[in-house]
Amino acid sequence: MIPFLFKGLLRDRSRSLFPFLTVFAGVVLTVFLHAWLNGVLSSLLESTAHYSTGHIRVMTKAYAKEADQNPNDLGLLGIDTLMTELRRLYPDLLWTPRIKFGGLLDIPDEKGETRAQAPVSGMAVDLLSPDSPEWRILNIENAIVQGRVPRNRGEILAGVDLAARLGIQPGDTATFISSTMYGSMSVMNFVIAGTVRFGIAAMDKATVIADLADIQQALDMQGGAGEILGFFADDLYHEDRANAVTAVFNACHRNDPGDSPRDTGAFSPVMGTPRTQSGLSDYLDYVDVFSGVIMGVFVVAMSIVLWNAGLTGSLRRYGEFGVRLAIGEEKEHVYVSLQAESLMIGFAGAVAGTATGLAAAAYTQAHGFDIGSVLKESTMMLPNIIRARISPFSYVIGFLPGLLATFLGTTISGIGIYRRQTSELFKELET
Amino acid sequence: MIRPLSVLIALNALSFGFAGPTGDEILKKVDQNMFSERRIAVARMIIHGRRETRTVESKSWQRGTNEAYTEFLAPAREKGTKMLKLKDMLWDYSPSTDRIIMISGHLLRQSVMGSDLSYEDMMEDPHLPNVYSATVVSRDTVGGRECWILDLKAKRQDIAYDHRRIWVDKERAVVLRQNLYAEGGKLLKTIDVREVMRVQNAWQAKSVLYKDVLTEGEGTEFLVDSLALDAPIPDYLFSKAALRR
Repeated sequence: MIPFLFKGLLRDRSRSLFPFLTVFAGVVLTVFLHAWLNGVLSSLLESTAHYSTGHIRVMTKAYAKEADQNPNDLGLLGIDTLMTELRRLYPDLLWTPRIKFGGLLDIPDEKGETRAQAPVSGMAVDLLSPDSPEWRILNIENAIVQGRVPRNRGEILAGVDLAARLGIQPGDTATFISSTMYGSMSVMNFVIAGTVRFGIAAMDKATVIADLADIQQALDMQGGAGEILGFFADDLYHEDRANAVTAVFNACHRNDPGDSPRDTGAFSPVMGTPRTQSGLSDYLDYVDVFSGVIMGVFVVAMSIVLWNAGLTGSLRRYGEFGVRLAIGEEKEHVYVSLQAESLMIGFAGAVAGTATGLAAAAYTQAHGFDIGSVLKESTMMLPNIIRARISPFSYVIGFLPGLLATFLGTTISGIGIYRRQTSELFKELET
Repeated sequence: MIRPLSVLIALNALSFGFAGPTGDEILKKVDQNMFSERRIAVARMIIHGRRETRTVESKSWQRGTNEAYTEFLAPAREKGTKMLKLKDMLWDYSPSTDRIIMISGHLLRQSVMGSDLSYEDMMEDPHLPNVYSATVVSRDTVGGRECWILDLKAKRQDIAYDHRRIWVDKERAVVLRQNLYAEGGKLLKTIDVREVMRVQNAWQAKSVLYKDVLTEGEGTEFLVDSLALDAPIPDYLFSKAALRR
């Protein structure tokens, strides 16, 4: 029966082509949209992890309370001991200390007077150790636009838009003005080793990257850091593992007196995940719900369209059913054959739609869309190039609605077959 | 009930109005006692931060209201840092960078060496009658000394503290306590003079506790180790060239 019905569908395109195209288009859109939203969210999480929160973050309790203000006066001191402990207990994670800081970058003229000045936000990372994971995490070498990577103490990298605004080139001297962790004014000269394009508008226009030891000296934080970030070796965030590591570490350090006799416990280390410490928790929940609602609405709308296509197809074939019943075919047989046809169309449309949707998503995953012009004034950690991301769920998100919606539409509209009266057939055919 | 109270208030007002000096008169007396055309001071700031206590030593030279020069002597990290004030301009010299940085805009609100004093505090006109009008509020005792309590209201809008409440020693005409407020009435800073000293017939603060109430920590003790009034000061100190000497 199946080959017979299949031949019928191929030979009578009016019965198959429109429903097939409808299923196909709906599934393509569903699969692509899902992969796109998944890509945007993953890009946001990845950028936030690389440039801000890591997959796991260790700070002092006092720092964690005001982490969005980078309060380095409340930072970690004596990090060597803590780094040793973290590397020993969690060798599957890469641990790296960082200091996030703010200040002014002052560019002198030939007389030493201020020629240009701009506020900057900076990131101090381990740039000079040969085994530093930061080169890979921040993708620094590929981000260089002019000059070279820092090789010596006292060299920094400047965001490409910041460098253009200040009129600085590699080799120029810049004076960094900020506050030490004790609140004194800090003034330190740096040489611009190169300019970098991070691909994140918010960073390109205001960020400098310096070596950790230089900024420890500038901010009077010898042996200290604002935070220690942990990254999973595969660079993917594993929430369950992160939560487990965090729970054990925090339990061990719950009664830690910290490094200051004045604020017992306030300067003891505390570990957190991006969800708990970056302020992203509410945002991620919102994005999850919002993308779920978008996908839900889209799938329901597509199902209604496909259902409607099934209804239209069945109604259009009202006369055919009358003839088939008149020549003695059982109503149940007509109904089941109609359902089988809809399943075949749904299956074909869903397979073709999923394949095409995945192909489009794979192309966008490889090449991405440049939305840099939209993000010029953005302060979000969102890369200028947004790529789709295919997940296992992408394979079924469009397939099941595509297959089932036409089937359901046909099943409901096909009930009319049981009410079909053959006595009225000839009268209908005459008209 | 209302009538006796009104009479009491009126009598009280009369007693302030006629029996004692006005706020501006008291402020003028304070200015005459405390202000000196030239002063050279060696002082220590003991900064009680949230995490640790640090001591910063400095020597400063002041001439009139518009010229001041400060050199930090200790700790080693700050040694050789210099500041120069000329009228409404302030420069900072850092020996490690050999740069002279003009401090302006929001930098003026930053703390000096992590203390509870800001650069804005250093830029203040030391003649209080020039920038504030005063009214007597009441009387009080501070550290066993009889004081007038004065409310000072800024005469201009570009003053760091819109109003102040000060406690003035009646006999010595020295300010023993100050509360500094923002325009909206928020308390920003408190200043408590813990010890005074007599220098060349003038009463001067020797030990002062500054507390920025918006920050954590236990305040900054400012201790004057030596103070010379009306001593000669060479002209070259009040030039940018002196910063690099």
